[in-house]
Amino acid sequence: MDLTPEQQSIRDAVQKLCVPFDDDYWLERDRSEEFPFDFHRAIADGGWLGIAMPEQYGGGGLGVTEAALMMHTVANSAGAMSAASAIHINIFGPHAIVVFGTDEQKQRWLPPLIRGETKSCFGVTEADAGLDTTSIATTARRTDEGYEIHGKKVWTSTAQEADKIMLLARTTPKEECERHTDGMTLFYTDLDRDYCDVTTIPKMGRASVDSCEVFVDGLPVPAEDRVGEEGQGFACLLHSLNPERILIAAEAIGIGRNALARATEYAKTRVVFDRPIGQNQAIQHPLAQSWMELEAAWMMTMRAASLYDSGEPCGLEANAAKYLAGEAGFQACTRAVMTHGGMGYAKEFHVERLLREVMIARLAPVSPELILCHIAEKALGLPKSY
Amino acid sequence: MNVTVCVKRVPDTETRVRIDGTGIETTGVKFIVSPYDEFAVEAALRTKEAAGDGAVSLLSLGDASTAESLRAGLAMGADSALLLTADVGLDGLATAKALANELQGSDDALILFGVKAADDDQQQVGPMVATLLNRPCVTGVASFEVQGDMAVCHREVEGGVEVIEVDLPAVLTITKGEYEPRYASLKGIMAAKRKPLEEKEATSVPERLRVDRLSEPPARAAGRIVGEGPDAVPELLRLLREEANAL
Repeated sequence: MDLTPEQQSIRDAVQKLCVPFDDDYWLERDRSEEFPFDFHRAIADGGWLGIAMPEQYGGGGLGVTEAALMMHTVANSAGAMSAASAIHINIFGPHAIVVFGTDEQKQRWLPPLIRGETKSCFGVTEADAGLDTTSIATTARRTDEGYEIHGKKVWTSTAQEADKIMLLARTTPKEECERHTDGMTLFYTDLDRDYCDVTTIPKMGRASVDSCEVFVDGLPVPAEDRVGEEGQGFACLLHSLNPERILIAAEAIGIGRNALARATEYAKTRVVFDRPIGQNQAIQHPLAQSWMELEAAWMMTMRAASLYDSGEPCGLEANAAKYLAGEAGFQACTRAVMTHGGMGYAKEFHVERLLREVMIARLAPVSPELILCHIAEKALGLPKSY
Repeated sequence: MNVTVCVKRVPDTETRVRIDGTGIETTGVKFIVSPYDEFAVEAALRTKEAAGDGAVSLLSLGDASTAESLRAGLAMGADSALLLTADVGLDGLATAKALANELQGSDDALILFGVKAADDDQQQVGPMVATLLNRPCVTGVASFEVQGDMAVCHREVEGGVEVIEVDLPAVLTITKGEYEPRYASLKGIMAAKRKPLEEKEATSVPERLRVDRLSEPPARAAGRIVGEGPDAVPELLRLLREEANAL
């Protein structure tokens, strides 16, 4: 599990890049809810958005292992999930384009994404479908020029800033399809605000990176903006699900380790009853537990990443990594707040912010409960429960 | 305009150093390019960019793991690197001689150093190499520009800036001035893998400086109360001025 010298350079370079964006910078963004444009620009200027994109389109051509390492480092910085989410979708979101896009599409879409000139967002989730993706109600109807899309998406991150949207829509009603996963088509197209209404959802954490509802009303999409075959959208999307889980896991661990480091430092220096509180086992043990949980989750994450990069199936490991990391990150942040006592509730100590930030990794992109169902079914061979 | 930058691998300045008899405990210690040398690399890259042509070469004396530090410099944008492998001690002159032996035939217009290494702080090697090569040397350069056959160097001195013009080829040692080192970009890191990094044994130069013992500095003495209220001010001022040299 040791990092190669190249991986170490990636970690070190990303770490250095994050340093100027310190606690104050992100606390201010947490208050103002302003998108971290200058952070996004710094990451784009370093070429980092293209870490997992093919070299011929200006990317780094590296694997999900390196991407996870990068996102871990970003999330481990003061920016936590806000920093990660400001760039996350650009790292593996366009993966469907890489795998299923034509050369013309890749040439048209990838270089500006990698340079950070266009920002994309992901319109897959719907309120009435949730994790039952095949039940989405957004439809794409054939027209002379291509398609016309109607529907509404929810929890689309960065939709307020994005120029492009990756949209999943039904081109054939579910009941007419042989398999539920058929009949959906993937599009990557302009987020044209004449046809799309984007509303920000007020939420718990990650204030500077918006999550939105996107109402799509008759959005015309040219045929050349369709990714892959008509009706094969779900299959196109599947390719990016495991990398996404691996990245979220890495991010949760990054945030958890940050919280643990802050809690440890506080426990060493805070003196009550003439001794540092960190000398008390009631303080030590939960922190030691978090260290173990985070290390174990990291190993599972790296295992999943290495399987993915060598072309092996990694569904179980990617899901397990996301579960373990989501829980470990959440626990570490909770314990960090508790270790700080009353101070943990104060914004100036930042651990309450980390706790709000880490919650996403526990909830999304798939709930811990559904992962347990998946593991029970696929790893243990128990009957499908949902 | 060709520039050589001599860099040293040192323990991360944020490392908590533990002493091990005559050296420091290196297990678990992260090593980095000495921060002053990073300023020098940045200065070299800007000089090359301003000239529009030329190459930046890195040179280091150290053990095999120093290659990692050289890669970091290549990732910043240097074109090639040479590692002279040797056991490096604290004898600045031995280091300078080993480097000078390699640089003897160099016709690079500039040889840059960090003003000092972040670990031993001796500030010796740059000027010594200059002397051995019979080149002029300006130390503690905060910024410089090349004008024809000359480098115009700015040194920050008490209350002002000293400007020194020096004929090329020259040796400069760079301090923290305007050369905030650039971050390695992803492209830089990828490209660094393909850039030439040569390794060869350094010419053997005997060290004449021996470390007998290294020990921790004594623990800080407790603070002193010089008095109370306004009456204590004159004495406090006197101590700050005469003992602490803080005023």
